[in-house]
Amino acid sequence: MAKLTKEDVLKLARLSRLHLTDEEVAKYQKEIESILSYVDQLSSLKLDNVEPTYQVTGLRTVTRRDEVVDYGTDREKLLKNAPNTKNGHIVTRRIL
Amino acid sequence: MKSQWPSIKDIAEQVNSGSATAKELVERSLTTIEAHREFDAIIAVIKDRALKRAEEIDGRVKSGEKVGRLAGVPFIAKDNFLTFGSETTAASNILKGFAAPYQATAIEKLEAEGAICVAKANLDAFAHGSSTENSDFMTTKNPHDKTLVPGGSSGGSAAAVILDMAPFSLGSDTGGSIRLPASFCGAVGLKPSYGLVSRSGVVAMASSTDVIGPLTRTVEDTALVLDVMSGKDSLDSTTIQRNEDSYLNFSSDYKGKKIALVKEYMSDGVDAEVKSAVLDVVEILKSKGALVEEVSIPNVDLALASYYIIMPAEVSSNLSRYDGQRYGYSSEKAKNLDESYNWSRSEGFGEEAKRRIMIGAYVLSSGYYDAYYKKAAQLRTCLIEDFKKVFENYDFMIGPTAPTQAFKIGENTSNPLQMYLADIMTVAPSLVGVPAISVPVAKKGLPIGLQIIAPYKADLDLLSFAFNLEKDIT
Repeated sequence: MAKLTKEDVLKLARLSRLHLTDEEVAKYQKEIESILSYVDQLSSLKLDNVEPTYQVTGLRTVTRRDEVVDYGTDREKLLKNAPNTKNGHIVTRRIL
Repeated sequence: MKSQWPSIKDIAEQVNSGSATAKELVERSLTTIEAHREFDAIIAVIKDRALKRAEEIDGRVKSGEKVGRLAGVPFIAKDNFLTFGSETTAASNILKGFAAPYQATAIEKLEAEGAICVAKANLDAFAHGSSTENSDFMTTKNPHDKTLVPGGSSGGSAAAVILDMAPFSLGSDTGGSIRLPASFCGAVGLKPSYGLVSRSGVVAMASSTDVIGPLTRTVEDTALVLDVMSGKDSLDSTTIQRNEDSYLNFSSDYKGKKIALVKEYMSDGVDAEVKSAVLDVVEILKSKGALVEEVSIPNVDLALASYYIIMPAEVSSNLSRYDGQRYGYSSEKAKNLDESYNWSRSEGFGEEAKRRIMIGAYVLSSGYYDAYYKKAAQLRTCLIEDFKKVFENYDFMIGPTAPTQAFKIGENTSNPLQMYLADIMTVAPSLVGVPAISVPVAKKGLPIGLQIIAPYKADLDLLSFAFNLEKDIT
């Protein structure tokens, strides 16, 4: 049975780039633990010789010619959704 | 409830022949949407663009042009489809205000045949949910009873069709999000074979099971919409070649077909009323010459556990793109880039998205990867093998779409695990990739959906069977 500590939840939040309030930590600790306990029913299965499946189409690395295709989307339209732009570039917060 | 809309095929014929105009159809659709505002099925109405397109289509008809197989047919798209003429939000605060720079391939294909998108439907934010209660904006009400959920995540799309707002709507289905609301609202809802319909321009949830499909009142309408949407797309490298010239070439009956009633889907946990509705269908099938046998697939009981590992793993990966920099909500209070990521995501994502992202991070983290993610992917292989074996002897599997009828708004919101159990019968076909359809079968009272499952790429056989069954039920 999966046991989740407060520290575990904080670590998951850090990995997920999320800030959590104390109440949220307590709530998610309880909820995620109960969900993990449910999915834990797979843990007793012996599946060592079974290949895992990650996709179902059977397609193999689909590639196309390395050439520019015009999909008709323009830069203006794409940049319009960015929170902050300058001279056709996206501006982010400072890194250092 | 009798519909104000003729079949989609008839509507398009009327428009093409000039006996109806696209403009009056769009107006009728907009009026109906307005009349049912209180159900909260619709996030945005695409009025100006829809009317403009209608006039354009009417003009083309007048000048003698044949417009297409969906000429003037209004439709409603789930708000996780990128469309022009309104925002695309996926019912999430983090995408509020997002103006799509291009349209989903599915929308483009429908428009090329003359269809007109008139509105965007509500959903659980990012399609995470089984009731639409996880929408960051509002909860859609069930058309049959406003105190009940419509199912989810395509709850707005299902409710819109049953409220007669448009002849068809579009949904997306990752673990049951088309089939479950179809079952709860009384619509026909198809999850096509994985890869048959392009997902380019649809907000990604779990890419290895995400599919999109129609919700309609009849199987024939569903088949027509699928026929227009399906096929390979260079913008979605997971699409497969369609293997049918037409998804409307129905056979005349299902006499002699072999049907497996999945034993695990008829267990004690299933509501008596749901079971009895399914058994009534079994009697009809037998009386019309089909062979129905009970078949056990023990692994389907484990499918939900597998799904609730694989899906959040893929969700955590897909939602990492929401970083507050390139598009979507960006927190004002951040001072540096790291804070900007953290605050934008914390303030922008709803509870369920956060829950799934963290579960995903857990099952993918180095110490737990083998125990959870790999194990779930191995069980997926077992399920695929099990389905293959059953389909060696049977043409279709059947069972209920959901263990219950529509539940009360608020009934499951405090217990996420309880909410997840609503998907228990729909997730296995999603993991296996095979097509499945929910068809309404209740004779009275609240709707009940029958789920029919077919082998991979047997979408035409599935529709054909559902079409003939629909005739025998009504």
